[in-house]
Amino acid sequence: MTATTVSTQATEDKSSSGAAQTRAPAGPRTVLTTSMTYALLALIAIIYIFPFLIQIATSFKTDNDAAANPVSLIPANWTTATYQTLFGGGLAFPTWAMNSVIVTVFVTIGRVLFCSMAGYALARLRFRGRGLLFAALIAVMAVPAVVLLIPKFLVVNTLGIYDSYAGMIVPLLVDAAGVFIMKNFFESIPMSVEEAAHIDGAGIFRTFWSVVLPMSRPALITLVILAFQGSWNELSHFVVSAQDPDLYTLTKGVATLAAGGQGQAQQFPLKLGAAALMTIPVAVMFFIFQRQIMNTAEGAEKG
Amino acid sequence: MSSRRSRDAGGIRGREAAAGWLFTAPALVILGLFLALPILMAAWVSVSDWRGQGSPFSSSVGFVGADNYRGILSAESGLPARDFGTALRNNFWYVVLVVPLQTILSLFLAVLVNRKVLRGRGFFRTAFYFPSVTSSVAIVIVFLFLFSGSGAVNKSLSWLGVNGPNWFADPRGVAHVVLGVFGIDGAPALLSDNGFLSLSWWEWLAGPSVAMSALIMLAVFTTSGTFMLLFIAALQNVSGEVQEAALLDGASGWQRFRFVTLPLLRPTLFTVLTLGLIGTWQVFDQIFVGTQGGPAKTTITPAYLSYTSSFLNNRWGQGAAIAFILFAIIVVLTLIQRWVLRERGVPKRKRYVPDAAVVGTTR
Repeated sequence: MTATTVSTQATEDKSSSGAAQTRAPAGPRTVLTTSMTYALLALIAIIYIFPFLIQIATSFKTDNDAAANPVSLIPANWTTATYQTLFGGGLAFPTWAMNSVIVTVFVTIGRVLFCSMAGYALARLRFRGRGLLFAALIAVMAVPAVVLLIPKFLVVNTLGIYDSYAGMIVPLLVDAAGVFIMKNFFESIPMSVEEAAHIDGAGIFRTFWSVVLPMSRPALITLVILAFQGSWNELSHFVVSAQDPDLYTLTKGVATLAAGGQGQAQQFPLKLGAAALMTIPVAVMFFIFQRQIMNTAEGAEKG
Repeated sequence: MSSRRSRDAGGIRGREAAAGWLFTAPALVILGLFLALPILMAAWVSVSDWRGQGSPFSSSVGFVGADNYRGILSAESGLPARDFGTALRNNFWYVVLVVPLQTILSLFLAVLVNRKVLRGRGFFRTAFYFPSVTSSVAIVIVFLFLFSGSGAVNKSLSWLGVNGPNWFADPRGVAHVVLGVFGIDGAPALLSDNGFLSLSWWEWLAGPSVAMSALIMLAVFTTSGTFMLLFIAALQNVSGEVQEAALLDGASGWQRFRFVTLPLLRPTLFTVLTLGLIGTWQVFDQIFVGTQGGPAKTTITPAYLSYTSSFLNNRWGQGAAIAFILFAIIVVLTLIQRWVLRERGVPKRKRYVPDAAVVGTTR
């Protein structure tokens, strides 16, 4: 891009490698370009953020108010009816939330453990068939998830775990992409540390558990983020692995909520409130690990 | 190579081999059981007459050859074939519009946000990326409200004097609407009498329905952030010196972008297009939550049709067959795209590598 610069701003973003840039004095033309860029960015940012603001505002409106004033960010008369219905009314919202938490916790722990173990074996341990396993992993990653919807149901049903937590959790416990990420990471850390551990007499499992894993914090955090986000937002697998309303997760429960009363403005505050609540955990996660998340995608691309 | 070494080294290598299998066992069992085995089972179901009762392997289930495939592909079989043709048509337009739009928008956002001297870079990045982390269910609900008949979008359009459609209830094809403006309301006989996969060419040319257009905007809105991050990463690898050299050669801003930056972004562009192509042929959540295939079946997609055929209509064989055809479509299109965008004269090792983390984040 054009190397427009006001020198006081040059140090603002340390992560960028701006050192090699040419510093041109700011002329009237660059000032104009810069302000136009800001205006454009601000406009796009509003388009991206506004839907979420409307969502939150509408969840505090009455049904009629939501239908009459769909754009206003301030409810005509504030009401918490939405949240009272969600937590106290006939809806099983708390059950859905609990199921989501159960599934997410198990899936996240499982993925961190199993993906890092498999990744370590594929990166470091030499055994016959390793190359074949890795090739199979890549092949499995290439199969689109949606194609597996019905096939997955067939297996879950045959194994007798349809309509159970096991059926919802076990198939998600390993993620081929996660194994791939961990393998790449383990390959990037120097071998010398493990060799030192071996000389000290540590076995393979011990080396992995007390030497390698503690060194792998960044990759493990990446894995936790992906597993958490993936399982919290998962819908299609739960659609095919259970039908018992007691086993509804937030995604499935709120989806059924959305499907009722389609087409009209009916109960939009309720639906939007439910959707807002289910977004909170991923949003919190996002803001805590923001830097990490941004680097996840960037690192992957460079890798 | 591993086998030779293991013979040379004896004991330690033996333990390593045992540990290797032990470490990979959980992943192997789960991926095998829930990814590899299902494919084999579904392959059988797609050539059987199983109706969802009991085990698909019981003796009462018969082999029907290619009947299920014929049922959804040949025009004589009526409704299932028509539904499948419609689903392909709908998804085709979805792909044709979403993939270029999300690629261009995410590249555009990345270039804007990547300016070295931009104040509030972090804020803008966060704003553009946030829709990507929220669940598809939540986003669809927000869009159902924004695009409802008296919703925020139509309200905003009315300020501009435009009378917005009732988005999610409008089955009219966008191309037909545009042609209607020019007074072309019916199909020329050539287009209405001939067709492909049980749909006339006139129906194929309808374009996405108004309802589908709203889903297209939703897709672009939610995916552009993820792909923007990929482009930002790539842009930061474009060295300042190359830019500077071009600047000294008198290249304009656009020329520098077109002839210096863009060629260097090629691998990333390839990743984004591939992921986009694979992802857009798999639309399911949005349909399941938002439209259930309506209005007038203009938002059914192969993935959703495969689900409804099996779970709601008990045509499991056809559902599985649709899944396999969808798989074939995705594989073939990815190969075609790889071939079209192949990098001539670039060493093999520098070419595209599967992008695991990204595959994970865009699901």
